[in-house]
Amino acid sequence: MTDRNTLMSARSLTKRFGGLAAVNDVSLDLWLGHIHAVIGPNGAGKSTLANLLSGDLPPTSGSITLGEHNITGWTPEKISRRGLGRSYQKTNIFSTFTVWDNVRLSAQSRAQPSPFNPLAWLQAAGRMQAVNQRAERAIELAGLQDRRYAQAGATSHGEQRQLEIAMTLATDPKVLLLDEPLAGMGQGEAERMVQLLLRLKSEHAILLVEHDMDAVFTLADHLTVMVNGQVIASDTPAAVRANANVQAAYLGEESAETLGEAH
Amino acid sequence: MSTPQIHLETLPRSIQLVMLLGFAALAAFPFVGTDFYTAMVVRMMILAILAMSLDLLQGVTGLVSLGHAAYFGLAGYVLAFVTPQNEAISLYTSLPLAVGGAALAALVIGFLVVRTHGIYFIMVTMAFAQMIFYIFFDNKALGGSDGLFLNFRPDAGIIDLENKRVFYYFTLGCLLAVYVFLRRLLWSPFGRALSGIRVNEHRMRALGFNTFGHKLAAFTLAGALAGLAGYLWAAQTGFVNPELMGFHMSAHAIMMVILGGMGNFAGAMVGAFSFEYLLHVFKDLPEVGSFKTGKHWQMWTGLFIVALVVFAPKGILGLVNRAFGNKSVQEAGHD
Repeated sequence: MTDRNTLMSARSLTKRFGGLAAVNDVSLDLWLGHIHAVIGPNGAGKSTLANLLSGDLPPTSGSITLGEHNITGWTPEKISRRGLGRSYQKTNIFSTFTVWDNVRLSAQSRAQPSPFNPLAWLQAAGRMQAVNQRAERAIELAGLQDRRYAQAGATSHGEQRQLEIAMTLATDPKVLLLDEPLAGMGQGEAERMVQLLLRLKSEHAILLVEHDMDAVFTLADHLTVMVNGQVIASDTPAAVRANANVQAAYLGEESAETLGEAH
Repeated sequence: MSTPQIHLETLPRSIQLVMLLGFAALAAFPFVGTDFYTAMVVRMMILAILAMSLDLLQGVTGLVSLGHAAYFGLAGYVLAFVTPQNEAISLYTSLPLAVGGAALAALVIGFLVVRTHGIYFIMVTMAFAQMIFYIFFDNKALGGSDGLFLNFRPDAGIIDLENKRVFYYFTLGCLLAVYVFLRRLLWSPFGRALSGIRVNEHRMRALGFNTFGHKLAAFTLAGALAGLAGYLWAAQTGFVNPELMGFHMSAHAIMMVILGGMGNFAGAMVGAFSFEYLLHVFKDLPEVGSFKTGKHWQMWTGLFIVALVVFAPKGILGLVNRAFGNKSVQEAGHD
């Protein structure tokens, strides 16, 4: 583990809402080829952390680097263009568009001409070959080939979760920030998603916020446990499972048993 | 592979045919219409350009501007200012000046207003338009409340715009060009991004789109096209006054877009013609006993719009589409 290729890191990240520190002094690193899972009970600050990393919220203090850039305080669009792809816990798609149009538009973001270039106003978006290819690849990775022409808002919950991933992948990100990609998925769908994440791992650094413990222990190379905005443990899954603090503060006896089974 | 859309962005064949027939009818109209009606159709065509320019914001990008007439009126005033007392000014200098002036105003105002959302956007666009209205209304040097007269239409070389029929076809040419341009723009990367901003701006930003830049470009372009319409209006009527940039004008433009059906430009055009025709009909209503029904044209217009919004929320174009038996499109949870 000495030659880790760090693609993104956060140092002493803190976010206060009034007196409440939703995220308190959190540091973490995302490495190429690794899945870093963040777990914690509801209200632990996992989604706030994701919002800080993606630029949806500005941190109160601390710093974030992406590649060689210090991106602290950057807007979400600028961070996205530097190679961060984010999927949302609450499905966040273009519901009136078709599945294909959702993914194609996402892919288009990487080839977008200046809005003030009049020549580009007459270009046909559907004929941007590189964009179509990138969208096609993302659709296939997410397994949505057969749902291409369905209206996104009318597809099943599981398909919308797949679409979230497809849209994120279509932007060709180096770092993936996935906020509960398995939430509300059926057994088969979840299994497919786990397989997809394992495939994506080699070419990305992945931050996975997830509640599904089976999936977390299948996928994670590194595990960070948050409680009340703070990191109480950050280590390999095996070490975290054995951590007495984690068991007492978060997992509880029952969960500890579940974890044992999952192993 | 039918693609469901709420805004008829892809016009069904039947509607395309209707539009084609409409343009053919416009081309033939000067040969059958009286001078009065031909002049009315010129005004309708000009307002159709205004309505389409607003639709770029309202229907495509989801930005409801309640001050769009400001750019329409400004361009008209620019033409009035640069037209000398005793001779015509060249179209080739005055048109770029007027359209450029409107675009510049839209760029500056847009820079401030496109940061706001929803109701605040409506309020600030209206506030800026009212400011411009009163600058002209209260300033004798700018024509004051009486406005300004233009003694000559612009000089376009071999195209003699003083000739009514030539001016008619010149306006029709502009209408067709703007329509074709905007239809094309709708399917460009720029147009697709604007559409994405309407449906889910937050996601557009997360995907890396500079939504501020896109909204500002759309606002500026819409201002420029409204300017083209205002230029033609001033040239046609030979007169500009603050009403051209007033609140009523802006509100009428919004109603035209809603009446016709938003987001595809064809609807805005149909809406402009229908709205102007309705006003004409309602103003001409007969006297029933001692009750002058025509005097209450604004009330009839209001009732008509309310009825239309209730019974045909997708506007006249949506009705036409349904009449052709095309599948109506379900609107699925979009916020």
